[in-house]
Amino acid sequence: MSAAGSARIEVAKTLKLYVNGAFPRSESGRTIPVKDARKRIVAQASHASRKDLRDAVEAANAAQPKWAAATAYNRGQVVYRLAEMLEARRAEFVSLIVSIEGRSKADATREIDRAIDRCVCYAGWTDKIASILGGKQPVAGPYFVFSMPEAMGTVAVVVPDGAQLLAIVSLVLPVIAAGNSAIVIAPIGANAPLAIAFAEAVATSDVPAGIVNVLTGMRSELAPWIASHRDIAGVAGAQLPAAEAAALEAGAAENLKRVALFRDAPKFDDDAFWHSPWAIQPFVEIKTVWHPSAL
Amino acid sequence: MTTSPFAYAPAPESVRPVLKPSYGLFIGGKFVEAKSGKRFASINPATEQPIAEVADAGAEDVARAVAAARKAFPKWSKTKPAERAKLLFRIARRIQERSRELAVLESMDGGKPIKESRDDDLPLVVQHFFHHAGWCDKLAYAFAGATPRPIGVCGQIIPWNFPLMMAAWKLAPALACGNTCVLKPAETTPMTALLLAEILAECGLPEGVVNIVTGGPDAGRAITALAGKGVDKVAFTGSTEVGKAIAKAVAGTGAKLTLELGGKSPNIVFADAALDQAVEGVVSGIWFNQGHVCCAGSRLFVEESIHDDFIARLERRMQQLRVGDPLDKNTDVGAINSKAQLDTIRRYLKAGSDEGATKLEVACDLPKKGFWCRPTIFTGVQPSHTVAREEIFGPVLAVMTFRTPEEAVQRANNTTYGLSAGVWTEKAARALEMSNRLTAGVVWLNTFNRFDASAPFGGYRESGFGREGGRQGLSAYVSIGGGR
Repeated sequence: MSAAGSARIEVAKTLKLYVNGAFPRSESGRTIPVKDARKRIVAQASHASRKDLRDAVEAANAAQPKWAAATAYNRGQVVYRLAEMLEARRAEFVSLIVSIEGRSKADATREIDRAIDRCVCYAGWTDKIASILGGKQPVAGPYFVFSMPEAMGTVAVVVPDGAQLLAIVSLVLPVIAAGNSAIVIAPIGANAPLAIAFAEAVATSDVPAGIVNVLTGMRSELAPWIASHRDIAGVAGAQLPAAEAAALEAGAAENLKRVALFRDAPKFDDDAFWHSPWAIQPFVEIKTVWHPSAL
Repeated sequence: MTTSPFAYAPAPESVRPVLKPSYGLFIGGKFVEAKSGKRFASINPATEQPIAEVADAGAEDVARAVAAARKAFPKWSKTKPAERAKLLFRIARRIQERSRELAVLESMDGGKPIKESRDDDLPLVVQHFFHHAGWCDKLAYAFAGATPRPIGVCGQIIPWNFPLMMAAWKLAPALACGNTCVLKPAETTPMTALLLAEILAECGLPEGVVNIVTGGPDAGRAITALAGKGVDKVAFTGSTEVGKAIAKAVAGTGAKLTLELGGKSPNIVFADAALDQAVEGVVSGIWFNQGHVCCAGSRLFVEESIHDDFIARLERRMQQLRVGDPLDKNTDVGAINSKAQLDTIRRYLKAGSDEGATKLEVACDLPKKGFWCRPTIFTGVQPSHTVAREEIFGPVLAVMTFRTPEEAVQRANNTTYGLSAGVWTEKAARALEMSNRLTAGVVWLNTFNRFDASAPFGGYRESGFGREGGRQGLSAYVSIGGGR
């Protein structure tokens, strides 16, 4: 070890999970080394287990009704606050994307900027979804009838391999904007630090504990438990390998989870789709309410 | 039972549909025989007499129907939307013209009272075609900012409780969005769909745009087996059990899926409700269509303080129900759809008594022939009882009580289903907050069992996913990216 006086030892981050507003280690005690683009071990990522998933489901379901019952205006401000927190971490995300995903600085900057701008977009969606997806129905009779979107509960967000930040943001925002809670399953490996950096932004925003949870783990290990868990209402995913998609859908049939795998959707950098209400629609239930109308 | 001096004289419906002795499968615009040559008779459940013979489709026939739909798809999906609309409007009109004949046939084939098939089913069938006809050239406005595209070939499997209405709910939006269809009616109620096939051909719907394959569960499985291999979308209405099997069969194929499944819907009566209105709502909620209704109000929750009074009123009203000949215009409750369903209901009636609930039933004579079940109320039901948990799909009501609105919500939502819910109260704020808290796709406040082509219908949780009707229902038949 060199004694050069000004050389400073960097403080390395311990990568943990994000569950119910806290950063626990995996109950399994397992970790997986994280290597950067130059194959150097930079951290040990917490390797989430089935039990971690169950803990997250419990937290997510406990928190969700209050989040759904919050005013849409309030949810919008919370999502906007998330944009503020991401903006504050812009440099950190750029450097993480460059070092971990091995992409250029310009490319990395484009990704975080798009992620932040997407948050701002969704901050504006929370109190407008109902007017686009719901409305008063002109039924043929003396009834006052309206249909409105409602949250469905807890949605597992299954993140594909590859670039993480925009994938996570694009799948989480429609889920939470609609009043659901999200359990993000981020692939453990090189990109785990990006998922956890996102969790840190969430933790410092005003998103209530339990509404966004982040587990770094093996999709192949957790997917069967996600699919068959009876307290998970929906699954969000995109660009998943065909066999994984099939397994998720087959398992989800057990309690008829809503599965939105965005097979016919464009890539995450397509703002026209990912900023539209049609990305949110899979995560709402439509409730139709009737009442007689008479003097 | 002695005949009351106030009893109604029989008032039989006189229109009789003109039927052929046998019908083939409607594939590529023509009626063709099943490859196997197999056929089966559709039985009138009120008389146990055969109505006509229909072809029994096998996997080869289904493949042929899917191929016909595939062949028709390119041209139909590119047909100018306004022209597609005119065809659908014409179909709506033609069904309207023949609606009495169709209503009678529906009652003969399925056992439902003519007053329901005439006043509920057929008007809704016509409205669905008329409503969706108008959507054809307006889809870009329905999905603002997106480009809705037809999905392709839709495999549609429908139940026996509202045969023609379910056919309309499936076909009308699919056609409006530019898809082509293979429709499988239920085994016990194929007749009105076959008459519809004649009407579609008569209206000039291009060959292969709608194909109708009659048959049993094997024909249904043949459709789902082609998911991703010719069938681009599967739509099913029926039991939750079969719905799950279909979801498994379609998993991983890339085909889109919507499911409208079972229910065990709560009907909640508060002490401040207009009680006689509520009684009528409970009656229509559980005894409409012999209780063969996925959204039937089969769990009644009565506020404890009015339980005895309310049940007395309900029983008095129940005793006025006229059970019998579906073609009699005065009949309130018709025949059970099939022997198999009657056996199922009887098992539940036995379970209800065995588990300790108290049974009240209509004291009336039942016809000697046919499949009949007396409208029944079980009181003193516990949430753990079979009749409180499982869908019976018959005229059987399970009564429970509650003390506070929170308890009503908690007990009502304590089910894996989530199709509909009813609330009876004169307090507007309470009614609206109940509608917020009930986990159900349709909430009827001070009414029950109302349907409309413009009002989306469908379930939460294990009652399925996707909606039918209105702008929201169109999502099931367009591709715009996103989920199922």
